[in-house]
Amino acid sequence: MRVVVYMSSIKRNNSVASRGSLRTITTISILFVLIVISFIISMNTGIVRLSPIDVFKTLFGSGTPRQELILFDFRLPRIVISILVGAGLAVSGAILQATFRNELADPGILGINSGASLAVVLFITFFPLNELSPIFMLPFIALLGGSLAAVLINILAYKKGYGISPSRLIITGIAVTSGISAALLMLTVRLDPRNFEFVTIWLSGSIWGTNWKFVLALLPWILILLPFVYFKARTIDVMNLGDYIAAGLGTSVGRDRLVLMGTAVALAGSCIAVGGGISFIGLIAPHIARRLVGPLYRALIPTSALIGGLLLIVADTLARVILQPAEVPTGIVVSMIGAPYFLYLLARARA
Amino acid sequence: MIIIIIVLSFENCYHLFVEEVDKNLMKTIHNESKHNESKRVQSKVQSRPLIAMIIIVGGLAALFLGITLSISLGAVNIHFRTVWEAVFHFNPDSSQHQVVRQIRLPRALAGAIVGAAFAVAGCIMQGITRNPLASPDLIGLNAGSAFALAVCFSFFPGMSFHSIIMFSFAGAALGTGIVYGISSISRGGPTPIRLTLAGAAVSALLLSFSQGLSIYFHTAQNISFWYAGGLGGTDWGIIKMISPWIAAGLVGSLVLSRSITIMSLGDDIAASLGQRTTLVRAASAILVLVLGGAAVAAVGPVGFIGLVIPHIARLLVGVDYKWSIPCSAVLGALLLVFADIGARVINAPYETPVGAITALIGVPFFLYLARKEK
Repeated sequence: MRVVVYMSSIKRNNSVASRGSLRTITTISILFVLIVISFIISMNTGIVRLSPIDVFKTLFGSGTPRQELILFDFRLPRIVISILVGAGLAVSGAILQATFRNELADPGILGINSGASLAVVLFITFFPLNELSPIFMLPFIALLGGSLAAVLINILAYKKGYGISPSRLIITGIAVTSGISAALLMLTVRLDPRNFEFVTIWLSGSIWGTNWKFVLALLPWILILLPFVYFKARTIDVMNLGDYIAAGLGTSVGRDRLVLMGTAVALAGSCIAVGGGISFIGLIAPHIARRLVGPLYRALIPTSALIGGLLLIVADTLARVILQPAEVPTGIVVSMIGAPYFLYLLARARA
Repeated sequence: MIIIIIVLSFENCYHLFVEEVDKNLMKTIHNESKHNESKRVQSKVQSRPLIAMIIIVGGLAALFLGITLSISLGAVNIHFRTVWEAVFHFNPDSSQHQVVRQIRLPRALAGAIVGAAFAVAGCIMQGITRNPLASPDLIGLNAGSAFALAVCFSFFPGMSFHSIIMFSFAGAALGTGIVYGISSISRGGPTPIRLTLAGAAVSALLLSFSQGLSIYFHTAQNISFWYAGGLGGTDWGIIKMISPWIAAGLVGSLVLSRSITIMSLGDDIAASLGQRTTLVRAASAILVLVLGGAAVAAVGPVGFIGLVIPHIARLLVGVDYKWSIPCSAVLGALLLVFADIGARVINAPYETPVGAITALIGVPFFLYLARKEK
């Protein structure tokens, strides 16, 4: 009986997919246009304003050296990083929501962000960042910290005979996060004021790596992991149906879940290493995407990646504008948008 | 307005599990006729007054010792006898006496007062909402209050401490109100997990607002040190301001303890025993806001005392709040005084944030509670 219900839900999903493919293409194109528009707006905004025409001129190689410096060395890398980080976090959240079958899952809530942050702050404490520091190491360090936190949370939430229930996992995640924040607090107050300022700003999620080096450090991760996840879309859909059905349909549930969780942690970790503590993107973007293109991951993954990128460019642009000349860390703007949305989801969630 | 929301949402807390209450006890109460007097229920509620008396007396003695220890330890260690003399035979010419009187004594006393306030606030919350995860820090009270204080520091620097406390109360009501409001709108009411999630989100939101303010007004390090919590800045002025509020809150909670015990058996039972549930909820909400708000105004959002201590107190003396509230007060005071000693000793010339020390005890406990969750 239950199988019949599930099978019919698969059928429904398939029919949604065939009806929805046009819709998916339209949505993705619209999002793409929106990203281009906000890209141009973001290029214009800042302490030095450049008109769109100047931006185009400079992009095609006929700007003044000063305009080139501002665009190519300051604004462009930052915008590219925003898009990549937003996309990575969004896809990471989308994967976690499927593997835990819980719509409130998100790398921030699950403590992956804080684990990665702790690892990065420890690294920075011992090897202060300068020209020579190995920036390519940062994503690996963050990945290590994030995976340790994820493993720890899974072990702590595991209960013999019951397995891992979503609600226990989330509360454990919050508990571990608060423990890691205490450790971070102990670390940060011991830093000297200059490093302290840097670490607090990093923790509050400023896109601080305004440098092509950081783009290069992040790009391989995104370029490899996003297509991999897209390739796994079918598996994620099956997993979304529940363990029994997934096993019945011939997937090896345990291994797939492990691989997918590893991917999610790697995406979140590498994004955090460059972007700082940005939460809620991984929660919101897949939700909006699900509303736009439905629950199938083949459509959901590219859509949430684009939405994540768009959200982060917009947040980053706002962060530069709202308190001019002071710059607000992007993570703060994201929380101001994301937390209310999260609360809204919580209010309408079923028991 | 916000208080009304809190009251209404307290009203919805049905489905929360009652771990402490014996299932047998529930059955007997259900089977007994409705003429049951509340006194008879009270006698059936498991409680251990003797242990409670021992904890209160022993705890107060330990507290006295802790305060003395806290006064004598520091950058310069002061002998116990000098501490004694400074308090009872004060000599204004001695610099050590001055240090004891002006810096260390108020600090130790503030620790005791604030620790008691956090613990009792948590105790009342857990009793009324029957939610094992209810505590001032997890459900947004600390975050709300801290946000209100960030507003004070940014817009009205040099505000009198009296008005700061008022802001703190308002902020506490704001944070708690949003968290309870949101989790009771949703179907199924405010379950522990929903409250915890809403608390985490509201804390993140309010923290990001505070950070935005602090960046704009260049008070970043001040505010984040203050957010870390600490007894470093406490003086007699602050103690004079907070102690009437906290004393009133403690007395009020003792007066209300009988009703809280009955409420902790569940709404239906409480109503059938003639409790005016809405009134009790409103009074408890006010007590929690006063205790939590005053405590945060004095030392910042120090976490975990309100979560851990009530559980320990109930474990030791049972679910009769007549005993577990005073025991929570004594144990909470002890915890914060000793955590503050730890904060000064661990990394000696520097001070570790006391919130990190309480987290050291609190996080494992929180994890243990999370494991109990289904």
